[in-house]
Amino acid sequence: MSIRVTGISKSFGSFRALDGVSLEVPQGTLLALLGPSGSGKTTLLRIIAGLESADAGQIEEDGTDITDLHARQREVGFVFQHYALFRHMSVFENVAFGLRVRNADRREIEEKVCALLRLVRLEGLGGRKPAQLSGGQRQRVALARALAIRPKILLLDEPFGALDAKVRVELRQWLRRLHDEIGMTSIFVTHDQEEAFELADEVVVMNHGRIEQRGTPDDVFEHPATPFVMDFLGNVNVFHGRVENGRAFWHGIPIEYPDYPHAQARDARVYLRPHELDIRRAGAADRASGRSLPASVLRITRSGAVSRIACRPAGSDSELHVDLPAEAARELALQPGEQVTITPRRVRVFLPDPEYVI
Amino acid sequence: MKPPSTLHTNAPAPLAAALVAAAVAIVGLLVVVPLAAVFCEAFAAGPAAWWRALAHDPDTRHAIWLTLAVAPVAVAINTVFGVAAAWLVARFRFPGRSLLISLFDVPFSVSPVVAGLALVLIFGRQGLLGPTLAWLHWKVIFSWPGLVLATTFVTLPLVVRELIPVMESLGPEEEMAAVSLGAGGWQVFWRVTLPNIRWALLHGIVLANARAMGEFGAVYVVSGHIAGATDTMPLRVEKLFQEYRTPASMAVASVLAGLALVTLVAKFVIERRLEAEFRDREAAFAENTAVDLRTPGASA
Repeated sequence: MSIRVTGISKSFGSFRALDGVSLEVPQGTLLALLGPSGSGKTTLLRIIAGLESADAGQIEEDGTDITDLHARQREVGFVFQHYALFRHMSVFENVAFGLRVRNADRREIEEKVCALLRLVRLEGLGGRKPAQLSGGQRQRVALARALAIRPKILLLDEPFGALDAKVRVELRQWLRRLHDEIGMTSIFVTHDQEEAFELADEVVVMNHGRIEQRGTPDDVFEHPATPFVMDFLGNVNVFHGRVENGRAFWHGIPIEYPDYPHAQARDARVYLRPHELDIRRAGAADRASGRSLPASVLRITRSGAVSRIACRPAGSDSELHVDLPAEAARELALQPGEQVTITPRRVRVFLPDPEYVI
Repeated sequence: MKPPSTLHTNAPAPLAAALVAAAVAIVGLLVVVPLAAVFCEAFAAGPAAWWRALAHDPDTRHAIWLTLAVAPVAVAINTVFGVAAAWLVARFRFPGRSLLISLFDVPFSVSPVVAGLALVLIFGRQGLLGPTLAWLHWKVIFSWPGLVLATTFVTLPLVVRELIPVMESLGPEEEMAAVSLGAGGWQVFWRVTLPNIRWALLHGIVLANARAMGEFGAVYVVSGHIAGATDTMPLRVEKLFQEYRTPASMAVASVLAGLALVTLVAKFVIERRLEAEFRDREAAFAENTAVDLRTPGASA
């Protein structure tokens, strides 16, 4: 089942949760809605499920308008952030709920629920109460319950948000396999970019009730469309620079920027990802090239497989971070206070958007 | 949080003993002794006399029957109203919501006698709705509908007040989940909402019932205390007492007190269940927040 959302807006009092969002999700896609809290991603998910009504806009399923269809009739599987399991019912009854309210036949319920509990690897736990399950098990009950009604679409709100790191990674891979088996159109909400990139076919980055960018994980990561996306997708060095005549300047280093061919200089923001910078011990040859920046090392910290070197560009009091594989950092063996030259492999320039505030 | 035991161990022994003695003395003097006195008086002439006083006086029989009929009706009305009102207040935000919640408490702050008078002013023969009711041949004041109205009024806050915090802490998610699984409004209520609030609801019902059976002031005004017609148990106790028929008065009083003791036991049992459910909820909440600390922003 494909979904098309057109011009959805929603306000809560004076807070604009969604501002004219349009989105198309082809059949069988696993799509991630990625954004910080308050970006409207959960509201959008709830509107698609019919749990919240939009102030304006339209929702279609396979070309049929379902905007005014009650949540009860939408046949959407919804997995809530804290699972919202029926606490007074057993696991079996939780999964059976959707079938019971449809007055399904006893035998059919028995068969379906057992099959679903097998699918989510909870066979034998049907008699337990939700309070007696671990977080990961509850999550899978919530999923089985949503799948029991044979939904056309599966919607998951922060599906792994309340789980610890190890369980989260396991469940993520399991959910991906499950999606590939069932082939159902699925949308999940997350604030965790790693989760979105690992799991989703497509990622939609949201901010302030709008879609900032949509694309494959690679696409979004390699070609961030806006400063917000660049910023949100992980730590990044941000500097003030200047653009004129199709070039941007950062600490005197020219960067091609054909989007601004005008002669009048304008302030711009220069974004450098820490792992897209080369760092070397300072030598005489570097200064001549004009593409490198002299700097001094402030400190070196290591987290896991990556070493982070904090530097101060010469003649500046800002900090610049360079990420190196721990191995390379060991070979280089830099010490705080040493002079280095930094060469950006890749620089992104954005003209400040008056609406965008860091 | 400090474990409560530190309080116990830190209190100096003589002071603690004095406080306990004072509490026992006050509760004994004001609660246990008078209550025991009622039962002693009631059974002073033996169980046979007690039974005669209750069963052989048609007016007393009627009073007992009337109380056992009026209280459940009032409680039933308050149960339906309480569930609906608590759901409205807990699930929706609307202008005037806090005012509405404050209005639920009015029957607690207004003297029952004033409430009774207000009902007479509206439903009495000279009252606002008097002509209409006369035309319909409906008798409210000095009749059982008046008793039901007065009793409903004084017990109104008990069920709502009990349910609002419980419904708020439950949150709407389970109900939403039920709807998205295809449940209709009544299915959501019977299968999800009601099982979750059942102990709190029962608690409210027990409290409302106790108050309904014991109500005197408001009922006194609207009933016109007609023996054998509108006298309820508390009114009967007072009337017998005024007529110097103390043993009979005490017999009825002992029935009323006995009903109160049954209520007390029911309340105790229900409160233990409520506490257990509250602990479960707290534990679930603690678990969620503990995990959320590891994933900043997950609670958003």
